Amino acid sequence: MSALAGNYTYYITAFLLAIGLYGMIGKKNLLKKLIGMNIFQTAIFLFFIHGAVKPGTTVPVLDSRIGMDAAAYINPLPHVLILTAIVVSVATTGVALALLITIYRRYGSLEETTILERMKQSS
Amino acid sequence: MSWYTAIVLALFFGLLVYAESDLPDSRDTSAPARTHIASRYIEQTYADTRTPNIVTSVLADYRGYDTLGETVVILTAGLAVILILPRKDRRR
Amino acid sequence: MRERLENPVVEGVSKFLVPFMQIFALYVITHGHYGPGGGFQGGVILAASMMLLRLSLGEEYEHRRFSPTAATFVAAVGILIYALAGLVPMAFGGRFLDYAYLPIPGLSSAELRYHGILIVESGVGLVVWGTLVTLFDHLLGSEA
Repeated sequence: MSALAGNYTYYITAFLLAIGLYGMIGKKNLLKKLIGMNIFQTAIFLFFIHGAVKPGTTVPVLDSRIGMDAAAYINPLPHVLILTAIVVSVATTGVALALLITIYRRYGSLEETTILERMKQSS
Repeated sequence: MSWYTAIVLALFFGLLVYAESDLPDSRDTSAPARTHIASRYIEQTYADTRTPNIVTSVLADYRGYDTLGETVVILTAGLAVILILPRKDRRR
Repeated sequence: MRERLENPVVEGVSKFLVPFMQIFALYVITHGHYGPGGGFQGGVILAASMMLLRLSLGEEYEHRRFSPTAATFVAAVGILIYALAGLVPMAFGGRFLDYAYLPIPGLSSAELRYHGILIVESGVGLVVWGTLVTLFDHLLGSEA
């Protein structure tokens, strides 16, 4: 039970990952799949950021009243990874939306089954 | 949702919970992810770079090569959108 | 979303707000050494100010002031600044991205790395700004 009290946020993050995965594989609309991918990415960010927190410590900006003790600041490395990952996810969503606009103009719909039917008819 | 989607999601969630029970306790301060290189970055960043913000000094100085790669990824995404969707009112 | 809104309240508020947003974005980029912030965050705020002007004042007027080609050019200049900050130390005896060998006279090695971080963060801010404004213009601007 003490393992549950120490790690409960990891289980909540796993639940968000499952919700994002359901959006990607269980829905038939292409825009809903894209939103599922964004939920998945957000859950990964939360997982990393929570892995960096220690109890009783403060943000990783050196404070002259605390000094340079390594046990008084949280781990800065996951923050570094997630900073660039957030902006990369925005750019990736932009490219995915451009592809969705092109697909809509070519086939007239954003539903997966309708697009596959029209692809079979046109070939 | 159909039943095979539910089975796949339940398997995925069960596998993640089983793997995450092996992670160190989040209140543990001697976990290896927190002691090896993170403490070296915290202790030496002011002597090496005179920057109080540890995240900026790690991002731009100690791990500057990774930041260069990620910036190139962002620029590539912008160039890909220009090629997929050109604007229609370009002045010749 | 491309035409002018013709609504005086929206136009007045956005014209009033945009200079403060841009100065705050420059503050966030340059104060990345002393508090939370840095290149990525400041670049996103700059791009948001441009998007606010494009949404409220219309495309024809704003594209004469800052065209989509200029946004892509700004992004390319940003990555060039980052690459030059990596290549110039190689000509002066250091390795790639080794800021301690930058040719600025009269500074110690730690202060040279401080200024190297500032140059690199402003390059990253320009790349993020240019790319987000390019994405916005091309997603809205290609007609069927």
